[in-house]
Amino acid sequence: MVTLDELLERDKKREQDGFKRKIRIGQIAKPGSGGREKIIVVPTTVEEKLVHDDISFRQQQEGEGDPTGGTGDGQEGDVIGEQPVRPEQGEGEGEGDGEGPGEGKGGEHEIEANAYELGKVLSQDFELPNLKDKGKKKALARYVYDLTDKNRGVGQILDKKATLKKIVETNMSLGNIPDVSTIDTTRFIVSPQDLIYRILSREKEYESQALVFFVRDYSGSMGGKVTQAVVSQHVMLYSWLVYQYEKQVETRFILHDTEAREVSDFQKYYSYKVAGGTKVYTAFKLVNEIVEKENLARDYNIYVFHGTDGDDWEKDGKQTLAEIEKMLTYVARIGITIVEHAYVGSKQTEVEKYINRSGILTKHSHLIKMDVMAENVDDSRIIQGIKNLIS
Amino acid sequence: MELVSQHVKGIMEECKIRARDAGLRFDDETLEYIVTNRDLIELSPKVMIPTLYDYWVHDVKVLSGKGMYEAYPSNPFETVINTRPAISYYNDNNPDWLNVMIFYHVLAHIDFFQNNLFYKNTWDIDIAGQALADKRLIAQLRSEKGRWLDYVIEFARGMDNLVGFHRDLNRTLSQGRRHKFNRTDFYFDLFLQKIKSVPQHIYLKEISRYNQCAKDKQDFFIQVTGQYPEFDELFRKEKNQAAQPERDIMEYILRYSPFLRKEENEWMKSVIHIIRNTSLFFQPQIRTKTMNEGWASYWHENLFLKDDRICGHEADYAKINASVTAMPKVGLNPYALGMRLFEHIREMEDKGCYSFDYVRLNDEVLRKKFDRKKNTGRKFIFTVRENMDDFSFINTFLDQEFIDRHKLFVAGKRLNNQRMTWQYYIKSKKAHDYKKMIINSLYHPPDISIAEDKTKDGILYLDHRFENKPLKQAFIENTLIGIAFLWGGPVHLETSEPKTVAQPGAGYANFWDPSASGTSPEPEEIPIQWQRVRYVIKDRKLHRQEL
Repeated sequence: MVTLDELLERDKKREQDGFKRKIRIGQIAKPGSGGREKIIVVPTTVEEKLVHDDISFRQQQEGEGDPTGGTGDGQEGDVIGEQPVRPEQGEGEGEGDGEGPGEGKGGEHEIEANAYELGKVLSQDFELPNLKDKGKKKALARYVYDLTDKNRGVGQILDKKATLKKIVETNMSLGNIPDVSTIDTTRFIVSPQDLIYRILSREKEYESQALVFFVRDYSGSMGGKVTQAVVSQHVMLYSWLVYQYEKQVETRFILHDTEAREVSDFQKYYSYKVAGGTKVYTAFKLVNEIVEKENLARDYNIYVFHGTDGDDWEKDGKQTLAEIEKMLTYVARIGITIVEHAYVGSKQTEVEKYINRSGILTKHSHLIKMDVMAENVDDSRIIQGIKNLIS
Repeated sequence: MELVSQHVKGIMEECKIRARDAGLRFDDETLEYIVTNRDLIELSPKVMIPTLYDYWVHDVKVLSGKGMYEAYPSNPFETVINTRPAISYYNDNNPDWLNVMIFYHVLAHIDFFQNNLFYKNTWDIDIAGQALADKRLIAQLRSEKGRWLDYVIEFARGMDNLVGFHRDLNRTLSQGRRHKFNRTDFYFDLFLQKIKSVPQHIYLKEISRYNQCAKDKQDFFIQVTGQYPEFDELFRKEKNQAAQPERDIMEYILRYSPFLRKEENEWMKSVIHIIRNTSLFFQPQIRTKTMNEGWASYWHENLFLKDDRICGHEADYAKINASVTAMPKVGLNPYALGMRLFEHIREMEDKGCYSFDYVRLNDEVLRKKFDRKKNTGRKFIFTVRENMDDFSFINTFLDQEFIDRHKLFVAGKRLNNQRMTWQYYIKSKKAHDYKKMIINSLYHPPDISIAEDKTKDGILYLDHRFENKPLKQAFIENTLIGIAFLWGGPVHLETSEPKTVAQPGAGYANFWDPSASGTSPEPEEIPIQWQRVRYVIKDRKLHRQEL
């Protein structure tokens, strides 16, 4: 059976031949009992053909979903059922009780194990920018691999000098070297235990701890590919953090439409959908409040990654910019991803316009980055986006 | 994967006898295999043909299928493939009574495969054997050409929905007996009636003159061309127009691509042939899904209820049958719809409702009481299963009687801003709307043909006949890159797209907050304006031009 790694390796070669890559990393959410979802990482690909587009333009305008079939009594126009748009925590997902901390942790563990795999697949050359030494609440360790440890008997590289020393030492104690001025090396006895090797070992590099806020617009306009792109990027970022920093990075998740809310874990963050308007500032405000209330700025390097389609009811972005300014006083990096709908065209979205106009991108270029991409992006562009955000 | 036990095979043979008595027709030999769900995951990307060629997309699908299975385990009862002998796969550990029901279902599928005329071109192909030969050829080419072989498969599959399925089928069914459009037809059918609009007595006079000329072996047209000097020119024009545009993009490229004609690229042709033939083989299956499933469900119900082996398992059967053929409250189930439609057709025909007398009746009560006791329904549904595909099946027989009887409706879904909920509501109970919705969900590749007059100077020019549905824009670039690769030159594609409106749906809602004020804004009715655009792929770069 072909493995995921082999498939990705083959996919990489497409670029050499001048074709775009085709395999994306997808996620399947597995519903578990008691709301413990599990995310399974799978490759996906689409066979592109000339086909009809399945969206109907008219319906999109009316804010209506696709019609389907139905059976039952009733007159035309009768409402036959309702479904809440905004999933509330603890309901709507079929979970009643059972969200006790013990069980919740189990679910989290499963996604992290899979995210770890994904992180490994992603390249390792990302690094969190502007990490500063702050407090000692929890040490964030990065791991590097180096040939620093020595081992007797087996290993990767023979340390000749150390080995020779050891041999001389052994032979001296054996009495094989009666006169140190004339050493007859042919009489040496070499024990396998005398061979000193250097071995590859994991070195902890202690760095400061980091706290990452993932912030996502989940309003009505975020339908379809835009959400896919943002979620993909955040899944990758999250997976990379889990892998690179060995789960030592703390993460918080914020969703917003016209109001912001914090959700407890990544599964919820990534799977919730609503249809409402958009007020971007609410999310930034919530982050600021959390940071202030819990006094996080003292102990953590704080990173905020925000994904949106750039739509904002607050056209001038006055409140958003104010919240961002506030945030800039403590963050290590704000990374804003704007995924544009195909129908908008470039340089059109509100968020993009007011952020550019405000000049904060140049004034605080080391603290805030913005990346704008189209909704039809492939994985390599998304990864490029991550690089931009953390450069 | 192993054959079923002798005991189970015995059940199958017993089912065959009873199914034949009921009128189903199929070959004697069939093969039944027991497979695990894991086997099925590996088979499904290969459209259930175990010997299909290897391709990386299949591997990707197997991997994601495994992930999917882990998250959402499913347990399909059966899968049948249209081979000779017909092969069917079963889940392990079915009790005997359930096997009886499933076998009836499978036998009806086989009957459908082997009698529906849309499958005619698959009847003489041993697909399992053919696929094995193809698989070997592809494996050999892969060892010689490396990943370029996979690119050719990819590009060929990128256009495997643009094949001349109907044209090929037409050819087989008419077997060269197709009537050619000739001067006589043109003169009497079009020229005299439509172009000249001559009075009836002249028309009749011309017919007797034609018969007279045929008898005397004289040339009828000498006088015609003398009287109407423009006749020949008009005929020539009409004949050119009547010629169908080339819709089989794959075949056209195989035949005329300058790139494939080069000796070093000959091998690509065999690959494209394999992809094209595989696609053609599965076309009838995609186009008869509702019918095929409906037919199988109809027969497993009819046959199993009369079978003595159901005794003691009536409740079990009812439960399983309901899970397969119940009409969902909201949503579509092709099994259920097809089955009910076959039942409906039989009853309507039994009563003689497919008649002028019935259609002419306006009185609701009389319509309900209408019964000519024709009792030809059973025979009639066999004719339907032989001659129709999903489109004609639904378009012809899905009527208001059917909708009312089963209380069907089109369910709409809309946003309620006050309550922040999605509301499901009954949008329409009209047969017309329901039919339209179903037909919209059927397989229908875009109608793209070669514009032969514009295909010159090394350019391949594709023309998309617009049917109020734009093409999926995101797929255009890569697909055209593939076609251009196999063509060996620039490819142009003409299609229609909506005129870009600045931020549809966003502009008017920005200033105020619907969740605060509580009412929803009247959506602005902007009729979509379509315009023709041309996509050009040249040197692997996509350009878009508005026409």
